Amino acid sequence: MDDALLRSLAPSVLTVLVRRGSDFAAAEDAVQDALVEALRTWPADPPRDPKGWLVTVAWRRFLDAACADAARRRREDRLDAEPAPGPVPGVDDTLQLYFLCAHPSLTPSSAVALTLRAVGGLTTRQIAQAYLVPEATMAQRISRAKRTVSGHGVSPARRARGRFDRPGDVATVLRVLYLVFNEGYSGDMDLAAEAIRLTRQLAAAIDHPEVAGLLSLMLLHHARRATRTASDGSLVPLAEQDRGRWDTALIAEGVGILQAALARDRLGEFQAQAAIAALHADAPTAEETDWVQIVEWYDELTRLTDSPVVRLNRAVAVGEADGPRAGLAALAALDASSPGASSGALPRRAAVAAYLHERDGDLATAARLYAEAAREAPNLAERDHLTRQAARLNARRGG
Amino acid sequence: MAKYLLLKHYRGAPASVNDVPMDQWSPEEISAHVQYMNDFAARLEKTGEFVDGQALAPEGAWVRYDGEGRPPVTDGPFAETKDLIAGWMVIDVDSYERAVELAGELSAAPGAGGKAIHEWLELRPFLGAPPTTADCAFHG
Repeated sequence: MDDALLRSLAPSVLTVLVRRGSDFAAAEDAVQDALVEALRTWPADPPRDPKGWLVTVAWRRFLDAACADAARRRREDRLDAEPAPGPVPGVDDTLQLYFLCAHPSLTPSSAVALTLRAVGGLTTRQIAQAYLVPEATMAQRISRAKRTVSGHGVSPARRARGRFDRPGDVATVLRVLYLVFNEGYSGDMDLAAEAIRLTRQLAAAIDHPEVAGLLSLMLLHHARRATRTASDGSLVPLAEQDRGRWDTALIAEGVGILQAALARDRLGEFQAQAAIAALHADAPTAEETDWVQIVEWYDELTRLTDSPVVRLNRAVAVGEADGPRAGLAALAALDASSPGASSGALPRRAAVAAYLHERDGDLATAARLYAEAAREAPNLAERDHLTRQAARLNARRGG
Repeated sequence: MAKYLLLKHYRGAPASVNDVPMDQWSPEEISAHVQYMNDFAARLEKTGEFVDGQALAPEGAWVRYDGEGRPPVTDGPFAETKDLIAGWMVIDVDSYERAVELAGELSAAPGAGGKAIHEWLELRPFLGAPPTTADCAFHG
């Protein structure tokens, strides 16, 4: 059975139920039940019409639950909203689902979980495994998220249509998808691939240059994934990656999508980030990287979003384009403009400083800063990598 | 089966035999150490004895309630003298002897010069739920 096919049907099945009159939360539960049932029975008994099967089973589950609910409420009102199950309409409200699941009143972790379940068609168990939390915790997070969005009067699809189809909300949806992509790969669930699938689906549903920008960015990063870690799990820096193993088909697709988006002259954060990724992907060797253009794109990014993280990355690019002294000067300018940047509040600042000092020939300072960066590292792979860098320099100085 | 917590310390444990800070090792020695730790966890997964393992960042703070309507009080970063936990592994094993055996193996992870670190690990049994078959005789 093709899991991806099953998952891709989930949002349209959900919107069919909502169109037939179910509220969002109940419909979402019913679709989840139908998906779990499909995972159980399809391998032995695949349906001729997968979507029709899911709609039928989900609708039956919804009615069962609604009837049980009504019975509990002393059967005082019959389910008057119950429409006759008609043919499955061809119209797809998937886009509205994206906006709903990335509702601004949700916390990022809730929006991510709800998106993966309602739009992504993942089971609660799969989402829980991917985020390394107990299944019951994830189930609670999702039902709380649904209560939150239901509280905003968005249960019936017609209300959702009016209120959530604003272009401004695309940014929120993109942030959620970006978060999922960055989670990468843990457990059995490939969240990066799932984020790409969901972003492709979104790009097909809405014409927006930043959606294209994010999709391009994901594809360009994904193309390098196999080379980013060594067989022992250690990190391989960009300059040392085996470029022959980059996925050229993904790169070509990402560059094509980016070029079409840039041609529309509505630059945004994700397009600029994708442009930087494309310049890296375009270099046959690390030495041939067009760092001058990369610095220009970082300047654009700084204009779009003046974040210390962007300026930190810009300092690395300046160091490559104009030499380590220029990079260190850019770093000093960053320290001066954002207090706290130099005192550990800005992640990876010490690592960048260490790298620039090493290129400048000051191995003692570089080794000390690498060790400091290792202590502040946000994850084990980075910590091991930075400790190795400190060790490498200490060995060179001593030996 | 009984669960045990293996605690690794940044500070506060007695000094290990091969006590050299990690950034003074060679890169190959670091790789060998990381490999040993990964292999150890993978082997315990295979034997069905691994439950969980996590590493903690060295920074942190003390926090306590400060009364109704007031924000919690924080005290940090930690003083240099504080006992500092670096990470843990939870194992589920048949006996105390097995838990000690595994802790000993973990402590033998290679360090500087490729020699075992002989690091002191804290071994702590879990207080589990009472078994369903045991009636509380001392209440009678």
